[in-house]
Amino acid sequence: MSTLALALRDSSTMTRRQLKRLVRYPSMTVQLVVTPVVILLLFVYVFGGTLGKGLGGGRGAYIDYVVPGILLMAAATAATGTAVMVATDMTEGIIARFRTMRIARASVLTGHVVGSVVQQLIGMAVLIGVALAIGFRPDAGIVEWLGAAGMLTLFAVAVTWLAVALGMKSPTPEAASNAPMPLVFLPFLGSGFVPTDSMPTVLRWFAEYQPFTPIMETVRGLLLGTPIGHDAAIAVAWCVGLTAVSYLWAKRTYNKA
Amino acid sequence: MTNLAIDAHGLRKSYGDKVVLDGIDLAVPEGTVFSLLGPNGAGKTTTVQILSTLVPADGGTVRVAGHDLAREADEVRGAIGVTGQYSAVDKLLTGEENLRLMADLRHLSRAEGRRRAAELLERFDLVDAARKPAGTYSGGMQRRLDLAMTLVGDPRLIFLDEPTTGLDPRSRRSMWRIVRELVRDGVTIFLTTQYLEEADELADRIALLDGGRLIAEGTSEELKRLIPGGHVSLRFLDDDALKDALTALGRGFVDPSDEAGLTLQVPSDGGVAPLRELLARLDAAGVEPADLSVHTPDLDDVFLTLTGPKETSR
Repeated sequence: MSTLALALRDSSTMTRRQLKRLVRYPSMTVQLVVTPVVILLLFVYVFGGTLGKGLGGGRGAYIDYVVPGILLMAAATAATGTAVMVATDMTEGIIARFRTMRIARASVLTGHVVGSVVQQLIGMAVLIGVALAIGFRPDAGIVEWLGAAGMLTLFAVAVTWLAVALGMKSPTPEAASNAPMPLVFLPFLGSGFVPTDSMPTVLRWFAEYQPFTPIMETVRGLLLGTPIGHDAAIAVAWCVGLTAVSYLWAKRTYNKA
Repeated sequence: MTNLAIDAHGLRKSYGDKVVLDGIDLAVPEGTVFSLLGPNGAGKTTTVQILSTLVPADGGTVRVAGHDLAREADEVRGAIGVTGQYSAVDKLLTGEENLRLMADLRHLSRAEGRRRAAELLERFDLVDAARKPAGTYSGGMQRRLDLAMTLVGDPRLIFLDEPTTGLDPRSRRSMWRIVRELVRDGVTIFLTTQYLEEADELADRIALLDGGRLIAEGTSEELKRLIPGGHVSLRFLDDDALKDALTALGRGFVDPSDEAGLTLQVPSDGGVAPLRELLARLDAAGVEPADLSVHTPDLDDVFLTLTGPKETSR
């Protein structure tokens, strides 16, 4: 078998391992699915009426506005879980065993990433289901939905590789749960919950240039028909760049440890 | 001439200022059991980590299973199996799933993987627990599963890093039985242990590691010959009896560790004939010892004598 075929085979073996682990330890997945749903309900029913007026509509207008931001938040929350799982895994003897075996070096990390992305996509699907039930009204066709799913998957892959790298770098699982925390708050410091033009200058500058904003704008544009412009290209570039850098960082850390 | 499974020259490793391995040479012929003995912190685990490609050495040339450790790490990995002192099992997966995972990573076919897993579960007495998560296993069962996982790929060289630490005597014995079976099949074993009895039971050759250096190497018998031999201990009820015995035997000395000064130590290899002669002499002199014990040197004596606390002041 060629090197690539071996790498694919080992990675799919490790992915099966990770999916089995997720099924055996469902409390983490449940928590990662429930948390964003609670945030959605909180923002729609507690803050939504007032915030919706600021957008020139009501609660209904706010649901439509806030869903993309919470989708990203859901992925970022799940990434925190991934970092903890990776850090925990690294403390177990089984990783030392993998290192002494003739297998594709990064396959154990790839297994974590694919498992986590699947977990995140399930979480996002549940979130969209709940949103639709409480009044989310996208006007997207099949192509737009597929586009949004693709964008969100790219984003999930990027934050997950970043989380894997952060998890590898963390000395303990506790430290690993803190490292990706800023990611969870980035939707707030962007166009996730309110439009950036309502923010003071410095914050607004940050909000418009940070990577989450073009991604949220792209998802929003695809689902709700708001203008996308250059945001899609910028969003894809951020995701690909973040994935590449994080992958190399994680792999290097794994080889060195 | 037999081939060497491990051939190391001048192996060195430091962590910062701390020298862990200070130039050690190892030669382990194929199909033998080699045991590395040493106190905690002597560098045993580091040696295993280097030889099993987990950490790079700072210096020295090493060939493992015929491959250069530094340049052909993947070939080495393909030939070895490692069972460490911390159980390397996935605790969320069942015993069977752990074995199947190993089979997949060794690129065995599905049918072959299933067959190997079933065979190893049977051999390691884990059939009843096969469908339970490994996290629910006892220490002995986890260690057996761990070794079974190592064997999935049929390695020709197996590193066992303190394989019985923390196991009860029964589990330890069943581990020894398995190791003997492996050796019978021609597998080379590199064993580290802090149990001298274990090295004595299993190893063809033993090396004593202390302070990052090999301070002695040889068969168990050769090592025992390095230190003063055995003796017979005779305890008497009074001083007169002891003096009479000393006169009758013509050799021996009062054991300084007996505060009452009533114990006589007589050099002896512990054989039956010299012992019978010794008792006959005492009989002829009319002295009757209150207590008699035979002491033959064991690896504990070797270990304690050679790795004395003086080493800590290096």
